[in-house]
Amino acid sequence: MTAKSLVSISDYKVEDYNRILQLASEFEANSYQNLLHGRVIATLFFEPSTRTRLSFESAINRLRGRVIGFADIGTTSSTKGESLHDSIRMVSGYCDLIVMRHPLEGAARYASEVSSVPIINAGDGANQHPTQTLLDMYSILKTQGTLQNLAITLIGDLKYGRTVHSLIMAMMNYNPRFYFVSPPELTLPNEYKQILTKHNIPFSEHTDMQEVLDISDIIYMTRVQKERFSEPMEYEKTKNLYVLKNSMLANTKENMKILHPLPRVNEISMCVDANPKAYYFEQAKNGVFTRQAIICHLLGIKI
Amino acid sequence: MGDIQGRHLIVSALKNGTVIDHIPSKSLFKVISILKLENIHSQMTFGTNLESKKLGSKAIIKISDKFFEQEEINKIAIIVPEAKLNIIKNYEVVEKMIVTLPETIVGITKCFNPKCITNHEKVTPKFTVVEKSPVSLQCQYCEKITVEEHFNLI
Repeated sequence: MTAKSLVSISDYKVEDYNRILQLASEFEANSYQNLLHGRVIATLFFEPSTRTRLSFESAINRLRGRVIGFADIGTTSSTKGESLHDSIRMVSGYCDLIVMRHPLEGAARYASEVSSVPIINAGDGANQHPTQTLLDMYSILKTQGTLQNLAITLIGDLKYGRTVHSLIMAMMNYNPRFYFVSPPELTLPNEYKQILTKHNIPFSEHTDMQEVLDISDIIYMTRVQKERFSEPMEYEKTKNLYVLKNSMLANTKENMKILHPLPRVNEISMCVDANPKAYYFEQAKNGVFTRQAIICHLLGIKI
Repeated sequence: MGDIQGRHLIVSALKNGTVIDHIPSKSLFKVISILKLENIHSQMTFGTNLESKKLGSKAIIKISDKFFEQEEINKIAIIVPEAKLNIIKNYEVVEKMIVTLPETIVGITKCFNPKCITNHEKVTPKFTVVEKSPVSLQCQYCEKITVEEHFNLI
């Protein structure tokens, strides 16, 4: 099939990132438009999601498109044993674009091969979630005024976090300095460190976040999940070391902003929320503009 | 040159066909499986655990009246990149072929990732070769890398 899709962050090059981010800022200035009037977009959530699905639906509704789809696999023919292949072939006949989340890795790539309309991957298992990465980039650009030469600190589960991996791969194009802070069990996989070394991108690994908070432009927090630890004791010992508190931010840079892909559990203390450096709820809001940009980009709609 | 005699025997035994040589002994049955030799009805001889200076122990396959296309033979490159082919016509070696690892591997091995869509739906696995020696393959669906020790031939 020939429809152009967004499945993986590596499907896009720097020009595409820049184009999407530019469009997103135009949508932020003017989010309610008539651009999708008469278009039907399917949101297929084979796995539940709150933020991603609602922000896609908000993005579509603000542009006056119509949404069909499901938020819960329990109401679909998948429970009757229908294959993903057949579901996608059928739905692509009903709509102009498909947004999908699926628990299996590679599901969106496969869907893009069998669909006659573009696919947007809204998460395929632990693999890719490219629209999250683009909204993270938009949030960085908006708060820093540039993507170039930033000190970016990623904290938490760097081993399994797909948002972390994709963000590193995308930001690598803008001459960053990375600081990776994680428990020893959850360090960044070697394959990513090798890529950074190959491209001469400076990075260092830390177990104590205090070492790097004051020199960061962006702090990207992620959740350290209990189930990632083989020893429950290890989790209990480390969990409080990766909780950001307001008192830790006293000497951080003026321009510094705290990002988090959400949902938050306890890794950012509620006392941080009132700090002007806390940006995660704004970041989630930016998801609407970024997704408006991606949808219009894929449908070839001029704004 | 210790195996000249052995090679002479093999070559002279075949009037027309293909000799696949320099197969490490442990990989013989994998090569047979990848090339689907069980579907070929001409005469075939397999030899294994033969002495080889280069490989220590090698295997060899002789197939009468069978000539492979380069693309077909490249399929065995993920298992035996060192294999060599002699094309025999009228008892003479008329051509030598080497296997070359293609950039894309389609439908030879499974993805090792149990959560990959290719292990749940009827999807032919496709990989991009990311390392040639030892071979490692990146799944074009789930993007995970499968290394040689996890190859699971289809």
